[in-house]
Amino acid sequence: MSEVLLDFNNVTMQFGGVTALSEVTLQIQRGEILGLIGPNGAGKTTCFNVMTGVYSPTIGSVTFNGQSVTGLKRHHITKAGIARTFQNIRLFSQMTALENVMVGADARKKSSVGGAILRTPRQRREENEARERSMELLTFMGIADRANNAARNLPYGYQRRLEIARALATEPQLLCLDEPAAGFNPAEKQELNELILKIREQGYTVLLIEHDMNVVMKVSDRVAVLDFGKKIADGKPDDVRNNPDVIAAYLGVDDNAS
Amino acid sequence: MANAIVSSFQRGADSFGDAFHRMNKWQKYSFYAIVIVALYLAPFWPDIPVLGQIIDTPGTQFSTVLNDQVIIFVLVALGLNVVVGLAGLLDLGYVGFYAVGAYVTAILTSAHGNLPWLLALPVAVLVSMVFGVVLGAPTLRLRGDYLAIVTLGFGEIIRLTAKNMDWLGASRGISKIGKPPSILGLKFGVLDPKPYYYLGLTLVLIVVFVLHRLEYSRVGRAWVSIREDEDAAELMGVNTFKFKLWAFTIGAAVGGLAGVHYAGKVGFINPDNFPLQLSILFLAAVVLGGSGNMYGAILGGVLVAYVPERLRNFADKRVFVFGVVLVLMMVFRPEGILPKRVGDEHKKRTTSTSAEEVAS
Amino acid sequence: MPDWLIIRTFWDLTVTGLALGSIYALVALGYTLVYGVLRLINFAHSEIFMVGTFGSLLASSQFLNIPLLEDGNYPYRTGMTLIFFLVIILIIAMLFSGISAVLLERVAYRPLRGNGEGVGAVVLAFLTAFIISLIFLDDTKTNLIVALALTAPISYSYLRIFKRGRQAPRLAFLISAIGASTAIAEAVGVWSKNGRDQYQTVRILEKKTLFNLFGTNVRIDYVIVIVGAMLMMTALTLFVNKTRLGRGVRAVAQDAETSRILGVNVDMIIIVTFALGGVMAGGAAMLFTLVYDQTRFNIGFILGVKSFTAAVLGGIGNLKGALLGGLVLGLVENYGSAIFGGQWKDVIAFTVLLVVLMFRPTGLLGESLGKARV
Repeated sequence: MSEVLLDFNNVTMQFGGVTALSEVTLQIQRGEILGLIGPNGAGKTTCFNVMTGVYSPTIGSVTFNGQSVTGLKRHHITKAGIARTFQNIRLFSQMTALENVMVGADARKKSSVGGAILRTPRQRREENEARERSMELLTFMGIADRANNAARNLPYGYQRRLEIARALATEPQLLCLDEPAAGFNPAEKQELNELILKIREQGYTVLLIEHDMNVVMKVSDRVAVLDFGKKIADGKPDDVRNNPDVIAAYLGVDDNAS
Repeated sequence: MANAIVSSFQRGADSFGDAFHRMNKWQKYSFYAIVIVALYLAPFWPDIPVLGQIIDTPGTQFSTVLNDQVIIFVLVALGLNVVVGLAGLLDLGYVGFYAVGAYVTAILTSAHGNLPWLLALPVAVLVSMVFGVVLGAPTLRLRGDYLAIVTLGFGEIIRLTAKNMDWLGASRGISKIGKPPSILGLKFGVLDPKPYYYLGLTLVLIVVFVLHRLEYSRVGRAWVSIREDEDAAELMGVNTFKFKLWAFTIGAAVGGLAGVHYAGKVGFINPDNFPLQLSILFLAAVVLGGSGNMYGAILGGVLVAYVPERLRNFADKRVFVFGVVLVLMMVFRPEGILPKRVGDEHKKRTTSTSAEEVAS
Repeated sequence: MPDWLIIRTFWDLTVTGLALGSIYALVALGYTLVYGVLRLINFAHSEIFMVGTFGSLLASSQFLNIPLLEDGNYPYRTGMTLIFFLVIILIIAMLFSGISAVLLERVAYRPLRGNGEGVGAVVLAFLTAFIISLIFLDDTKTNLIVALALTAPISYSYLRIFKRGRQAPRLAFLISAIGASTAIAEAVGVWSKNGRDQYQTVRILEKKTLFNLFGTNVRIDYVIVIVGAMLMMTALTLFVNKTRLGRGVRAVAQDAETSRILGVNVDMIIIVTFALGGVMAGGAAMLFTLVYDQTRFNIGFILGVKSFTAAVLGGIGNLKGALLGGLVLGLVENYGSAIFGGQWKDVIAFTVLLVVLMFRPTGLLGESLGKARV
């Protein structure tokens, strides 16, 4: 059956006096799309940040692919196979779209300063491969026509998709998307859903934080719900939607409930 | 108003850049060849009728200016551009690496040894790089503002150490520094700056070549990503510490190289040759010209070195002037005169050969 | 060395170390205040201090018209006259530094925040015109006249650019600060009467021994420095804790956006912050000239770096930290130079900075201007 790709075990995250996460246990199966929802301030982004190495958990551990990633340096976590996008788009604005994606692809390269200066065969090969792969990703995300535009000049939708392309360039096994639908209109949200499904078809596992129920419920295989730093539900979208605890947590707040 | 002049200059440079990239391989190489030949002939530019009069420097021999000032500042600007412009690390003590290069040369060829200059060169550059690592390793984790102050301290520590240690010549300094060997019929004596200029120009061309390759590779991309958003870069798999350290080290190497060249020419150095004000001028060169852009850095180096010599009124006020210029630039045009053009057209940080390929 | 000599030397070093440290502390307050409110290192604060020392110099020699020497002796004053003169010099030094600080903010920082205005535009225009005329003309007076003439049209176009209101990247603030710092120091070095040479300041206080402490003679000027600095810092602490503007400073240090929404005039608070730092630096400047009887165009630099070290050592953004850091640094520097030799004084300070930043970047007392306790 499916194996566990990410094991988020009994994680508590404290900042000074504030407990952002409390004994959260979560598992992500390989190949699934897991949605992470919860009211504002529930701890979703903190959860993300612990998974991707931005924070080190106060208590608890994170295991990825059987290997512990608790407290690993961030770029090592990326190399282990976890990639992410950001809620408030953090592209490298003074680089082109293609260059942004290539930075992601560079993560897997072996050649470095020496190779660059001497233009060794390995360096040239890696460079060409990275460029080709990056163009492929841009095409896959549908934004190849603006490959040579500066990232800061791209329209909003392109920027969001560029972030995803860049994350995919690092050849992750788990792709974490932080509110990818923010600022999109319904048609764009529909496109995003299709895109996420396409990404999963390519073999990636997806973890997704979203506020918009239209996106999350439709595209996720499973949904986990956080409230005040605790996990209060975990299961299929329909089960979660009807869970009384979840409804109570969102009482009056969710304006997308059907 | 002044802004308009600068923008039109930049637009001119841009359209030139466009035209340049539309040229094919042979046209580009011929262009490079013409420029390089012209540069080697620079000591004779004042002899050109009319134009020569405009550019000649009153008071000092033009070729002396070329070598002692312009080449040094251009080299330094190139190196500092890697640190400040590409990687975004504010280094206020760059004069420290310059001093290390000069002092190691002086020690090896004069004070405590008699190595020939040519052998001292690689050693001095290497020692500068070691200093780069020694300074960088503990400090590159610091935030930008703190890094600036710490590097400032470093530059001063180097100068003060040289001043206080007899082994380094103390306040007297070190004299009789070795000269470059005679090659290709050039004799490196005391009076004629021209051979030094040719040597220096060659060094500049080599450095430009190497830095160009670095910039248009994963190393250059890593540096810019660190500058743009260090945290995001780390999360995209960039080993930020390693690349920041490389930026520092390569910057140190180039700075040290400039110091070696300087020592070989003047033959005599003392701690007063490496004051804090020099670091400020170095920074001004990079910032004024266009940080992040190699050609901008060269332009900045030329401006900072040449203008005070050309306009003698300026000369003793030049540090004041460039201080004000720094403020003015930051207020009106922080990106510098020739900022790096990003994308759209043909500049890209990848090693591909033709523009059409990627635009399709 | 006999024991009594060590003890005497120790207390001697301690007293002078505390005096020196008090001066560092006062200047450190300026760094820490601006950092707390703007998250910016005001590189040019060192020159604000330097300007204050020149203010002291001008105050005593020009305004109060006291000559350097009277009949071959120092022009000592006593009693009420002495106190009166000292206060005048203090006030003038504080004015020089305070006004420079406010001007600095308008010229080198505010335009980078995107809300440049008239004063900044005029000063920048004047400087631009001055530099341009330097290209063509030699005589300083002519340059000034030409510059003044051109200032008006240039200010106008600068103001138009300011209206566009762009925010500059962080690095730009630092570079602008460095440029301003360099420009101010160099201007004094180039155009002042003694140029880059040392200036002797007027000595009106006779440096008698005030009392004896554990075998050391404690001079009155050191006592004045320590006491004076304490008084100034107390005044500042009261201001920050008890007045409306002071509360505004703390609020903006904690959260500028929210303060703005709650109606705090953030621009005004920033001006007040710079002014406070400037006034403290002016006080430090007057005390400095009291003890050392001299100044020059570049004393700002080394003292500035050391004061900044003190601020970081104590915990940047923390007022009490600036005090503690200053005193500690003054003592460490004195003891250190007794052990290693005076010429390594400055290296000691830089090393302390490096060590603190590497191992405890939040300093001894931690950052806290934003928190309720100062």
